[in-house]
Parts: sequence; C-alpha cells; structure tokens
Amino acid sequence: MSSELLRSLWVATVETLYMTSVAAVLVLLAGLPLGVLLVVTDKGGLWERPALNRVLGTLVNVGRSVPFIILMVAIVPLTRLLVGTTIGTTAAIVPLVVAAIPFMGRVVEQGLREVDPGLVEAAVAMGATRRRVILGVLIPEALPSLVRGTALMVISLLGYSAMAGAVGGGGLGDLAVKYGYMRFRTDVMLGCLVVLLVLVQLVQWLGDGLASRFERTSS
Amino acid sequence: MIELRGVSKVYGRGEQAVTALRNVSLRVEYGEIFGVLGQSGAGKSTLIRCVNLLERPTGGEVRVDGKDMLSLSPAALREARQGIGMIFQHFNLFNSRTVAGNVAWPLEVAGWPRERIQERVEELLALVGLADKARAYPAQLSGGQKQRVGIARALAPRPRILLSDEATSALDPETTRSVLGLLRDINQKLGLTILLITHQMEVVKSICDSVAVLEQGRVVEQGKAVDLIARPGTRLHELCYPTPAPVAGIAVPGGRRVELSLVGENSTQPILTTLARRFGVDAWLLEGSMERVGETRVGRLLFELTGPPEAVDGALGFLREQGLTPEVPRV
Repeated sequence: MSSELLRSLWVATVETLYMTSVAAVLVLLAGLPLGVLLVVTDKGGLWERPALNRVLGTLVNVGRSVPFIILMVAIVPLTRLLVGTTIGTTAAIVPLVVAAIPFMGRVVEQGLREVDPGLVEAAVAMGATRRRVILGVLIPEALPSLVRGTALMVISLLGYSAMAGAVGGGGLGDLAVKYGYMRFRTDVMLGCLVVLLVLVQLVQWLGDGLASRFERTSS
Repeated sequence: MIELRGVSKVYGRGEQAVTALRNVSLRVEYGEIFGVLGQSGAGKSTLIRCVNLLERPTGGEVRVDGKDMLSLSPAALREARQGIGMIFQHFNLFNSRTVAGNVAWPLEVAGWPRERIQERVEELLALVGLADKARAYPAQLSGGQKQRVGIARALAPRPRILLSDEATSALDPETTRSVLGLLRDINQKLGLTILLITHQMEVVKSICDSVAVLEQGRVVEQGKAVDLIARPGTRLHELCYPTPAPVAGIAVPGGRRVELSLVGENSTQPILTTLARRFGVDAWLLEGSMERVGETRVGRLLFELTGPPEAVDGALGFLREQGLTPEVPRV
C-alpha cells in the first residue's frame, strides 16, 4: 500500500471517528431521556402518562422501521436547516443521530426495565422525589446495562457511518466502497476492514470493561 | 397512631375489577407491634401499602399520627413518608451502593448534612451489628445481613413507625428469630410502632402485641394476640392448636371431652391433679401444649373426664368457676 493510500486511510479513519463520536454524544444526550420517558410514562410507572407513552412508542417504532439510506435522503431539509449543507462529514452526522436516537431509546428502556421494581418502590417509600428516584436509583442501578447499550449504539453508528458516503460524508466506509470495491483495490478494502474491526473491538472491550466495573451483583 | 377506617381497594374497572381490600378498619396504638396475618392473596401487601400510600385506597380513610394521609399534597406526602420506615421481604437494597451508602440514602433524601449522615450511619450499623460491613456491597451479604441493612436504612431518618412487609419470609428459621429479636429490641428501645404483615404464625406468637387476621380482603378477627390465641373458636386459636386427626377419632367410653385454654395465671395451676383430688374424676389426656406468646404463657389442654356423673358435673362446674369454659362436643 502506497504512502498516499495510507494517508487517505488515515484521513478516513479520522472522519469516521469524528462522525461517530459527535453522533454518539448527541444520541446519548437524547436517547437517555427518551428511554427514561418510555419507562416512567408507562402504565404503573413513576409518572404514568399513557397517551404520551403511546405517542413516544409509536414515534420510536416509525424511526426504527425506516431504512437508514431512505432516512438520510428524507431528512435532507432538516440537515440543511441544521448544518447549512447536505453534503460532507458534518452533514452526515444529522441522519446518523436521527436514526440512532430511537434505537438508543429502546436500549435505555430495556436496561431500566431490568431494575427490580422493588428498589423503586423502596425509594418512593422513603419519600424521594421522582427526579431523585430516577437519577439516584433507576439510572445508577441500570448503569452496567446502560454502558453495554452505549457500546452497542457506538458500534451500530460505526456501521451506519459507512453509508454516509452516499452524501459525500467520507469515512472508512466511503473509502472502502470508492477504492476497495469500485476500483478493485483489495488492499484498500482490507485496510478499511482492519481499522473498522479494531475500532469495533476497542469499543466493545471498553464497554465490557466499564460495565463490569459498575457491576456489583457478584461478590 | 395508624388508623384505617373502612379502607377498600379495587384494581381495574368493570368486569375485570379485582377487590383486594373490603372495608378494612384497624387501629395500631403507639409503641405496639401489630401483626396482620393472612395467606398469600389475602390482601396483606395491599393493606400495608395503603398506609404510606404506595397504593392509594379506592375508599376509606388513612390516618397516620393524626394526619389524614389521603389529603396530603405530594410534597407533604413525601415528608410524611420520611417518618415511616419500611422493610421488605426481598430487602430491596440498592445493589450499586455500599451498605453505608444504602443506609445513607434516606438521609440524603431528607437533606441531612454530610457529617451528620456519616455519624448516623455508623450509629445505625452498630445498632444492627454490621459495623464491619460498611463498605461491602449487598451482593456480598447473607440474607439475614441484608435484612439488617434494610432495617438500618429504614430507621435512619428516625421514623416513629416501621412497616414490615413479610420481612422474615425469605429467611431461614434461625435468622428469622434473630431478625424478630432485633425488631422487638428496637420496638422497646426506640418506642417504635411496628405494623407488620406476615403469613407465619410464628411471627405473631413471638413478637406481636395485637393481631388482625385478613381473609379475602376482610379483617375477620382483631385484638390482643394473647387473647385471640387463648380463646377457643377464634381463627388464631385454631391456627395455633389445630385438633389433630388422631384425637378426633378417639373417645374414652363414658368420657366427657374438655378443652381448656390456659393464659397467664391459669397456666401455672395444677388443674388436672386438683380435679382428681377434689372430685375423684379421671382425666384422659388427648393433647396438650404450652408456649409463650410474647411475655405470656398460653396453652391448650384437650382431655376427657370419666367418673360418677355428679363428680364430672362438679368438676366441670369448678372449671367454670375458674373462668374456664371447658366442655366441648366430641368431633
């Protein structure tokens, strides 16, 4: 592999890291409250709001059923509104975030539902406010699964970001398609795959490590 | 102290409606240990949750320490809850927090300053005998230790009332005894009023001053534990002294069956030998047991009397004079 290709591999890696990390932070910021809402507004929840719960649940399902490539095109107006352009790495972040928020919402919801309802009951019985029950019991108790879910989300974003090439988003996926696939450069293809593999492994390893640090269920 | 008046609770609506409590009234006095005994599904756990409004009754009135709980604002209700500790069958400790962190939690909720929290936590862990476990996590503790942490956590903000939701049901007999001992201890030392629900007669016998028996959402019996256990015909008496099947079939020819319930002073008299000596009757013992209910000795004797009819009548009359209502038909 020539030094020029190594350079473009490096640039693509940076672009992928940029897209994924910015998107991941935004997804986390929106997905966490979404997941909390899905749980607490449900029947028997801390803040029962059945109508709101149904609306949120439906929105999430709609978001999750639209294929990413379609979503990317469909929200072009929103992208233009937010970043002023519809092409480039930054523009690719918008559809990534929009696609991953519903996914993250469900992941958070699932994690929170694993928390023993008895703990929430105990906290309420002690006179805690709703806010304190959520921030002081529900989330800390679900932390290991929330961390694992976040790793899952980041890995999904790495995969989705490969498709961002369609809007000139750059990144490893784009490089792999344009050079590796269209120009039959097996070395580029392999290079991209190896970097992606390393990134995925790294995120998974980090997620597992952090999660088990928070795990207190075994002695 | 705790007063429920005509409390009912219905889950669901229309045809699917399930009634958990029907017109339940009970009164727990200051400083007593009050047990609600019932089988699973009788509505015990709904009942205890109606006291701190984890469940809202669909009818009736709940008063705790004079306060009408149902009329409190959300903020006032939270404050009232801080004065009512609660412990649970499955302990419900926060797994992500250490033992000390669990005990500190309600104090953080109540807004105590940090130094005072630390002091109070140490004091409580010493009280429940877990001073050396402050930094352990719940997963590292045995069941009995977990319940002790639960008790320490419930007592942290100095509540005047403790609600106990089947607190010993998940523990082995020996641990149960030690946890019950601890409850009796804090009841006496701190003057804490305890309302507990249980399906274990053992719990009622060993620590309850008063009892209510709950069946299908109704209170069918209520009173002092000793009185109810000692009075033939009550459900508690029947639960304590079921007539064993072999005895039901036995009959001494010409005998008259007598059942005596002995409480307190009565239980320390030589009744059988007195009957024999004074009336010349014979007593055929079928069954007998004596035990302690709280601080009081309570027992039951089942026997048949034989002898000349007037002597037996005399003996029965004597027992009646003693305030005992002796004769029962053979089963």
